[in-house]
Amino acid sequence: MSTQSATPNKAEKAKSFFKSPARVTILIAIVFLVVSLVENITGAVDISSPGTSGATLRFAIPLLMAGLGGLWAERAGVINIGLEGMMIVGTWTAAWFGYLHGPWVGLLAAAIFGLLSGLFHAILTVKIGIDQAVSGLAINLIAAGAARYLSGIFFPAVGGDRTISPPVETLPTFTVPVLAPFFQGIDEKNIFLISNVSGLIYGLLTDLSVVTVGLLLFVPLTSWILWRSKFGLRMRFSGENPMAAESLGINVYMTRYIAISVSGMLASLGGAYLALVASSVYREGQTAGRGFIGLATVIFGNWRPGGVFAGSVLFGFTDALRVRQSDSVMAMIMAAGIVAGLLSLYYVLSRKWKPAAVSGGIALFALWMNLRVTNIPQEFITAFPNLATLIVLTFLAQRLTPPAMAGMPYRRGSE
Amino acid sequence: MTKNRIFWAVAAPVAAILNSLLFIYIILKIRGVDPLSMFSLMISYGFDPRNLVSELNQTIAYYLAGVAAAIGFKMLLFNIGIDGQYRMGAFFGAVVGGAVALPPVLHVLLIVITAMIAGGLWAAVAGYLKVRRGVNEVISNIMLNFIAAAVISYLLLPSMLGTLPEGSQTAQTFPIPASGQMPTIKAFDGEIYSFLFVAIFVGIAYWVMLNKTVFGFNLKATGLSFRAARASGVNAPRMIFVTTVLSGAIAGLVGIGTLLSDTHKYSMAFPAGYAFTGLALALLGRNHPVGIFFAAFLWSFLERSAPVLEFEGVPPEIVIVMQGTIVLSIVIAYEVVARINLRQQQRAVGSVSAEAQPIKESN
Repeated sequence: MSTQSATPNKAEKAKSFFKSPARVTILIAIVFLVVSLVENITGAVDISSPGTSGATLRFAIPLLMAGLGGLWAERAGVINIGLEGMMIVGTWTAAWFGYLHGPWVGLLAAAIFGLLSGLFHAILTVKIGIDQAVSGLAINLIAAGAARYLSGIFFPAVGGDRTISPPVETLPTFTVPVLAPFFQGIDEKNIFLISNVSGLIYGLLTDLSVVTVGLLLFVPLTSWILWRSKFGLRMRFSGENPMAAESLGINVYMTRYIAISVSGMLASLGGAYLALVASSVYREGQTAGRGFIGLATVIFGNWRPGGVFAGSVLFGFTDALRVRQSDSVMAMIMAAGIVAGLLSLYYVLSRKWKPAAVSGGIALFALWMNLRVTNIPQEFITAFPNLATLIVLTFLAQRLTPPAMAGMPYRRGSE
Repeated sequence: MTKNRIFWAVAAPVAAILNSLLFIYIILKIRGVDPLSMFSLMISYGFDPRNLVSELNQTIAYYLAGVAAAIGFKMLLFNIGIDGQYRMGAFFGAVVGGAVALPPVLHVLLIVITAMIAGGLWAAVAGYLKVRRGVNEVISNIMLNFIAAAVISYLLLPSMLGTLPEGSQTAQTFPIPASGQMPTIKAFDGEIYSFLFVAIFVGIAYWVMLNKTVFGFNLKATGLSFRAARASGVNAPRMIFVTTVLSGAIAGLVGIGTLLSDTHKYSMAFPAGYAFTGLALALLGRNHPVGIFFAAFLWSFLERSAPVLEFEGVPPEIVIVMQGTIVLSIVIAYEVVARINLRQQQRAVGSVSAEAQPIKESN
């Protein structure tokens, strides 16, 4: 197969969220510098502590899997609002089969049932052709109802509860040898900036779940499939212009069947992660709207695997901070304010007045928050991913590049 | 042809309900209980006069959510933001109602109008984003629902607009004084909210607006074809915005019946999930005010009579599955019917043109 046709062209690349790897690196470096500064000033050491980075990863993975699931479906041209329901399928099957036959079987069962739930969405939207949003919402409802119904039947008999499964054996974790102690050593030396960074890395390398590593591999894999493989080209073609794709002999229906089934499997694996790694039980309401945040990461990441990953890490980070101290959240806001102030300065220097005003406003708001608000309300941290997505949509909607026909009904042979 | 259409309009929802009943029948059979006795148990419990009253009260809320969704549907707008709009409406209605002292009727009127404005404004965010920024309303509304929940739970804090009464664990708004409460109608040893009349009025107004006014005509025209409506002089983007706000204003009323006649204050105990219910009911009732009423009643009937299954060892959540399958069955049925109609039309056109063929050839 030819790989040239599958690579994104330059114009498409230029539209991407962050323009070049170099700029991203610089940005990250600035953020780090500011964070370490703020930590030194405020004494809120939680932001870049090893615990936070580990927790961020644990919170990010379910969002990442839901986001990748949304990405697969939307790239093929079908919006998957049923991600939340498919995650519920994952939590429940992982816990039940994990309880019966061990966690590995639970994981496998979650993948299979997730695939089936995705296939269900595919049959409804592609074959029968009903509204994609209605189908997704109905799947959410049915999955939630079915999980509660089945919990009520199965769990009380085996030592669980109507809403909680019996505990499931956890999956193995490991600490990366050599590297982890190395970074731990630097972290403990308390050198400005360097210690912060290595503390973060140390947190990522200790008590790492095998599943975490495995699921993270789906990011490069998705990337490779989308941009380098024949199937990925077909998938994107089906999402951009199904009629033209069909006229070139691509089986749009089959492509979408596969893509949406994979979408269900990924979301379900995200749910399984919640039940098997992040905790060791199924609990009612465990997914807590993560499917919808996954949907948000797709937008946030501009329909790209790397972007979805970045979005889920950001949202996972806010989640991780939420369960920690609130003064570290305040420090984070201070850091964000400083970054926004610097950005504003940059825009003023390059004479871009509108973005300068926006980032300046954000900086002033952060300053005001630091001066006036002593305790950031929990509620806003919870809704942060949603708010961030709305803001991105508001200010960057023109620069986002969603698949052209995502969400549109398509019937073979009709316009 | 029209008779045929009417038949299908009624047949499709009925078929959908029967289909999901069959599905539940099979599930209950697997569970090892007698499905028919379960159904009759639910029916006898649900039609008990006392329960009937609370079902009717719940129907009011569901009905308004259904009408709100239907207004959006007429424009091909998917208002999944009903949840946030309803919360905003109920919350600000309660806050304003608890903060002022006015003569009886005026007080209630103020609460109702506040709720409509709050719901409408919240919907306006999504409307603005759609019209001006090209943001898909499904995504923005889902985000707005979460944000609304966060904003309200923040504003409910005792340091903000809420209060924490002695011995209570949940924050709530200040209670609305008697002048701002609505009477209830005593019937079957229960109390029906008089907000029922408002719901009926909304249903009639919805029908009149849609079928007897220029606005309604433009609305339907825009829904049928954005481009054609625009070409014939309708300001289509403005129509989309106004319709979104209108839908949100009706959604703002969803919780008001409970607020004015029962709780007299807003708390986090107000239920969530009206968005999907509203959309489901509009689909089931085919966007028709009477159809939506029956759908809303069916919904609250199912929910009210479900707990009785508990005594027979059947988890009552089976009803949620049933609601989901009803919705899926109904949209599938509509799709199939539309496909059949299309095929009939094509066949009719085909037979006419086949007859016309020889004449053409003889020329």
